[in-house]
Amino acid sequence: MLKALSIVPDKCTGCMQCELACSYEHEGVFNPARSRIRVFHFHDEARYVPYTCTQCAEAWCQLACPVEAIQINPHTGAKEVIENLCVGCKVCTIACPFGTVNYNQATGKVIKCDLCGGDPACARYCPTGAITYVDADLTAYERMRMWAARTDTQAQASA
Amino acid sequence: MGWQRKILRVNLTEGTCTPEPLNMDWAMQYLGQRGLATKYLTEEVDPRVDPLSPDNKLIFATGPLTGTAASTGGRYSVITKGALTGAIACSNSGGYFGAELKNAGWDMVIVEGQAREPVYLLVEDDEARLLHAGELWGQSVWETHQRIHDIHQDPLLKIAAIGQAGENGVLFACIVNDLHRAAGRSGVGAVMGAKRLKAVAVRGTRGVRVDDPQRFLQVTTEKKRILAENAVTGQGLPTYGTQVLMNVVNEIGALPTRNARDVQFEGAAHISGEAMREPRPTDGRPNLVTNQACFGCTIACGRVSRIDKTHYVVRNKPEYWKASGGLEYENAWAMGADTGIDDLEAMTYANFVCNEQGMDPISFGATLAAAMELYETGAITQEDTGGIELRFGNTDALVTLVEQTARGEGFGRELGLGSKRLCEKYGRPELSMTVKGQEFPAYDPRGIQGMGLTYATSNRGACHLRSYTVASEVLGIPEKTDPLVPDGKPALVKAFQDATAVVDSSGLCLFTTFAWTLDDIQPQIDAACEGDWSLERLLEMGERIWNLERQFNLAAGFTGADDRLPERLVKEPARQGPAKGLTNQLGKMLPEYYALRGWNEQGEPTPETLQRLGL
Repeated sequence: MLKALSIVPDKCTGCMQCELACSYEHEGVFNPARSRIRVFHFHDEARYVPYTCTQCAEAWCQLACPVEAIQINPHTGAKEVIENLCVGCKVCTIACPFGTVNYNQATGKVIKCDLCGGDPACARYCPTGAITYVDADLTAYERMRMWAARTDTQAQASA
Repeated sequence: MGWQRKILRVNLTEGTCTPEPLNMDWAMQYLGQRGLATKYLTEEVDPRVDPLSPDNKLIFATGPLTGTAASTGGRYSVITKGALTGAIACSNSGGYFGAELKNAGWDMVIVEGQAREPVYLLVEDDEARLLHAGELWGQSVWETHQRIHDIHQDPLLKIAAIGQAGENGVLFACIVNDLHRAAGRSGVGAVMGAKRLKAVAVRGTRGVRVDDPQRFLQVTTEKKRILAENAVTGQGLPTYGTQVLMNVVNEIGALPTRNARDVQFEGAAHISGEAMREPRPTDGRPNLVTNQACFGCTIACGRVSRIDKTHYVVRNKPEYWKASGGLEYENAWAMGADTGIDDLEAMTYANFVCNEQGMDPISFGATLAAAMELYETGAITQEDTGGIELRFGNTDALVTLVEQTARGEGFGRELGLGSKRLCEKYGRPELSMTVKGQEFPAYDPRGIQGMGLTYATSNRGACHLRSYTVASEVLGIPEKTDPLVPDGKPALVKAFQDATAVVDSSGLCLFTTFAWTLDDIQPQIDAACEGDWSLERLLEMGERIWNLERQFNLAAGFTGADDRLPERLVKEPARQGPAKGLTNQLGKMLPEYYALRGWNEQGEPTPETLQRLGL
């Protein structure tokens, strides 16, 4: 059964622990500038939104890659960049509609979320539960539950 | 590691930016941030300099845990000789700026000299440049923030700036980063303004490494759990922010009200953390929009508020309708209880203006309160105030004067000098609620005895954040002491002062100590930094830092006679509440404190003390 990242922006406080965890996991250094997940701050509306790759079923980055450097990890379903195949042409960064594949000047390769091989550090370190790693078929389960809880179905004694 | 081992020296007179290696011998003695920058300042600046002269220096300093995944590891401090006090200043701030500076590869930036024309400093990793700030001068912090992002087309730049207050020589001007986090006290923004440095903009992509990453991750994860499970850091602070204190402190009769004439405020409930969460009758929405974390913080106590659009103060000012930094406890006290005002929306507006124009709301509110008492006692009249009826509780006066003070207009120009100079000018120095020229914050020392000694001996002038004995005396952390008795407080104050100096030198936030003791912080420092950082070593370092700051102040001309409180607190008994009839017993506590510190009766460290601490 595949799992996927579920992001609930309402719960995000903008603390950046996910970016710290992601960069440490992949680069061995605390460096938000190299994080595969980014927290966007919409200051005037007081909203913080973590955003990263959703692992499209039909991944345009993968289709666009001329050297087959983006491949599916069969265990996680993640579309992973095979570093030694990537030639840094950046076509995938153009193909991705969501902007979640990015070029890394330091290495000359692209970087994107790879779900950390099945144990995403961002979800592990998120202190508020804004980022979780859940059943890929039910990423909206919590939201569904929340709305379910709001329905007025108080048991009523029959007269 | 933990350190980047590199500092940036910026000479504004020469227009140069020069990297140099961090003095690691000093880092081993003073760790970082507050302690290490104080060492640099005391080595490089004559304590007798005029704070606003080119000879003063302004240091932006991070700690070894700044920029790491340790909870709250995003702090930086600004160290200089304070414009308001003439004493050493060390103002600590959160937000994202400090971590960005560290990520760019710098432990600190030392700014010296004075620019001929206004400039701002741009730091992009290794590259640092001074750029003309002509078009930014005269603009607010918020406008400057926007303009710098536009000019460089880089939304990821993190910016610390002064507003009009810092340019206009408001002596309690602060430095604001990330729009509403501030290096707030003692007038560090006035020093920056005098140097004609408008802003520091930073982009960092180099990252931060720690000495033992595996141990560091394990121990920081374990300690984050303690914060999450603690009632204060896990529930109280995220829910109500520091405003969780308003009703509590009012109840125990320690809320200085109307310039500390009273110690309880009848309007406290209207300006409390609870009130910020109540839906307003006008629009059905609460003042508080959400809480916000600073970099790396798993507590998230920050307040983000939206002012009621229909409120008369902002009805015609749509630029203030968006969400921004809301009231923290000290601000709500200063601009509320201390001025006798209980209009939460107007106070939020005044708070926005303080952030927008770079002004310390504690000193501003307390100075306004002193001015109100001057007015009510007849020492000043409408002739002095430009027609403003400066009575306690006058919301319009707050709104008008917060704008005037920032802009250096009208009676605001006088408020901008702080309450000490204001009250001296009008012949009533006893009405200034200051120590060493700095306004004391939101805890009345008649109802919380330890805070009297805290204010009197604080090296940066009256301040709660040098030894927050409220934790023990009110909240029972780490253990409960009686707030109404002075016994045992000298030892408590000394212990808190030394421990706080350690926290302030690490890159972590002091608020963690509601849940953590130094036993929890020590292993995080030890895992991040090379060398053996034992608890004993850290505690001795805290004491060393305290004494080094003291030495700076003594050399600057302060004496033991300056370790005093406003007369009101030691002569006029509290008029209501649990502390009714009590004054602060500073006279009883101070000699014992000096003895515990290893200082002589004049409050000077003895040669033996200095030698023991390696000073």
